[in-house]
Amino acid sequence: MKQTEIPQDDSKLKNFTKEVCYVVDDKGAYTTQLSTGWEVKALALQTTWDEVQQRAEAAKQEALQGKTSPLKFFLEIKLMDLPTLAAYTGFWQWQIKRHFNPSVFNRLSEKKMQKYASVFEVSMDQLKKMNVHES
Amino acid sequence: MCMKVEFTHIQSAHCENGVTTNLLKQAGVHQMTEPLAFGIGSGLFYIQIPFLKINNGPAIAFRNMPGAIFKRTCQELNIPVIRKKFSSPQKAQAFLEEQLLTYRRAVGCQVGVYYLPYFPKEYRFHFNAHNIIVYGKEADTYFVSDPVMETVTTLSAYDLQRVRFAKGALAPKGQIYFPKGNVVISSEQMKKAIKKGIKKNAFYMLKLPGNIAGVRGIKRTANQIKTWKDTLGLHTAGLYLAQLVRMQEEIGTGGGGFRFIYAAFLQEAHAYLKNDSLLSISESFTQSGDIWRKAAAHAAGIYKGRLSAQADFNLMADYLHQISEIEKEAFTALSKLNPSF
Repeated sequence: MKQTEIPQDDSKLKNFTKEVCYVVDDKGAYTTQLSTGWEVKALALQTTWDEVQQRAEAAKQEALQGKTSPLKFFLEIKLMDLPTLAAYTGFWQWQIKRHFNPSVFNRLSEKKMQKYASVFEVSMDQLKKMNVHES
Repeated sequence: MCMKVEFTHIQSAHCENGVTTNLLKQAGVHQMTEPLAFGIGSGLFYIQIPFLKINNGPAIAFRNMPGAIFKRTCQELNIPVIRKKFSSPQKAQAFLEEQLLTYRRAVGCQVGVYYLPYFPKEYRFHFNAHNIIVYGKEADTYFVSDPVMETVTTLSAYDLQRVRFAKGALAPKGQIYFPKGNVVISSEQMKKAIKKGIKKNAFYMLKLPGNIAGVRGIKRTANQIKTWKDTLGLHTAGLYLAQLVRMQEEIGTGGGGFRFIYAAFLQEAHAYLKNDSLLSISESFTQSGDIWRKAAAHAAGIYKGRLSAQADFNLMADYLHQISEIEKEAFTALSKLNPSF
């Protein structure tokens, strides 16, 4: 990439930092230059986040219909997979899978419920009602 | 009490390169630059790990294993290294403070980015192989040099512990690392290390068995991309491509999946080794990086929904085939430079 071609597009890094890029100057030598971002990359990130939102919304609907517990919704919005949630909560993966069942989830002890709530950074009430707004 | 180690923050394109460069500079290797650290550490790579999914997409990396750049760069320069993992956060904190307060040295820490407060939210995935330098402490606040940030920053003791003990894949377990003492590296040693780094990188890109890694790995991904539209459907195929682009990019590789840094490395290598072939091979990597960028821009057309034909996926695959060929030729040329240069 030539120094003159470096993109200065809008990105989520705005107000946080600019990124260093290695570019070729007019004599063919490498140098570094700061970039505010690249549209192509910003879009890739946006696509990923849109998908996260969609998956979360689908999980929420399933939970509201009683097909699954709220845990799946939180798993999506917190970008976690089962091994990650297991590592943070200290539960086994098979336990978490059991807790996906609404009737099992609703009978969880306060202690276990609290564990999920604190890992997901919500109150117990929010955990049950899934009424969180990701800012 | 305020304690800061003498430390110069230099921003870099990639976190581990930056930590390696800055720590080695601090230890007396004044010649170190980001491209040299990346090249000596044989950082350029490609792998698509079969069966593994990350964030519901393919697991692709454009660089070697986390931790490897620092390890290999120090190894090639014969610099002894201390690296420690911890079972308890208390021990991890005590060790860190001992290094800062008693030995007055800045140290590298492996951290997860999910709970990193100074990162934009959109960049915070459960990615646990980010690298930062901690270089001081005042009351409850640690002074932090994150190489991908323009300036130095801080973390509270709570936040630092949280990111050092992030959980899940590649959990850092409080991992801390730094060069053991001060060293002086001669230009002869640099030459030797550069040659070794090049040789190893050529090996990793050309000679690893199987077809998941190196230049054959790129071809394998290319062939898979052709089938994605039929096997995954347009929507998921788009997500997979977005993931490819994100891995190519994340923060600061200029879209070229580290290829531009490697090209810069070969130019710097030329200053040491005076072999003119290095300059022309460097141009090959620039070319490869440019095609990676072109491929990413094309992929964006697909995940934006502007392009949707099978021909568009085929073109994407063609780009990757071209890249594979260019890099194969370039690394073959590099491996043939030995031992005469």
